[in-house]
Amino acid sequence: MERALFLIFALTAIVAAFNVVLRRHPLQSALALLVVLGALTGLYILLGAYFLAVIQVVIYAGAILVLFLFVIMLLNLRAEEARLERRPLLRWLAIPFAALLGVEIISLVRLFEENPIPSGTSVGVTESIGRELFTTYLLPFELTSILILIALLGAVVLARREGR
Amino acid sequence: MTTIPISWYLAVAAVLFTIGTVTVFVKRNAIVMLLGIELMLNAANLTLVTFSSYFRELAGQIMVFFVMVVAAAEAAVGLAIVVLLFRHRETLNVDEAQLLKL
Repeated sequence: MERALFLIFALTAIVAAFNVVLRRHPLQSALALLVVLGALTGLYILLGAYFLAVIQVVIYAGAILVLFLFVIMLLNLRAEEARLERRPLLRWLAIPFAALLGVEIISLVRLFEENPIPSGTSVGVTESIGRELFTTYLLPFELTSILILIALLGAVVLARREGR
Repeated sequence: MTTIPISWYLAVAAVLFTIGTVTVFVKRNAIVMLLGIELMLNAANLTLVTFSSYFRELAGQIMVFFVMVVAAAEAAVGLAIVVLLFRHRETLNVDEAQLLKL
């Protein structure tokens, strides 16, 4: 049962990830990434990271990806499509190098073969994460708010129309 | 009760990371390159959660939390730059935005 769920989520994630790179229109790529994020949520739940699964849906799918979709629709890229010239040499070089990179990483992964995840782990419940976040990692957590504030100011300053 | 080997999760993360890298290198559209970066971040997150669950250690999941925050900040600033680029150049092709190139 667990393995079947894992295979479903993993295959969905990989197929959707291929769609991200293969689709022409950015909107379709963004929607494919949404499917990847959903499948990863399933994998997080299988790993017992329940809090992160919820956060993944709320922050990634709910905030970041909607921001992407918003910008894509705002810029209306239909006329843009034809102008993006193709560079076939780069594309054909990319495939063997990607395969090489994949083989490299997977050969590293083989080091951890036959080590099953202990089932029934639930270290990622909200209570334990919250306790850890507000005691051990309190300073990084507060710095995070400053980072978000800076990003907010940066985005506003960048997007502001200059010289009224 | 069958359990899932840790290498399966790591293999999925590896494949996702590779596809994200390919997206960044092959695509010339600035927004799709940012999408590829998000894909790579998610692959790294999956690795962190896997090891966190394997060692029964919370630090990995806290790290993922911070990665998500940084990803949100990066997306906000990156997309602001993209909007600015489009406003000035009427294009999203990163090959045409090379004024800083030597």
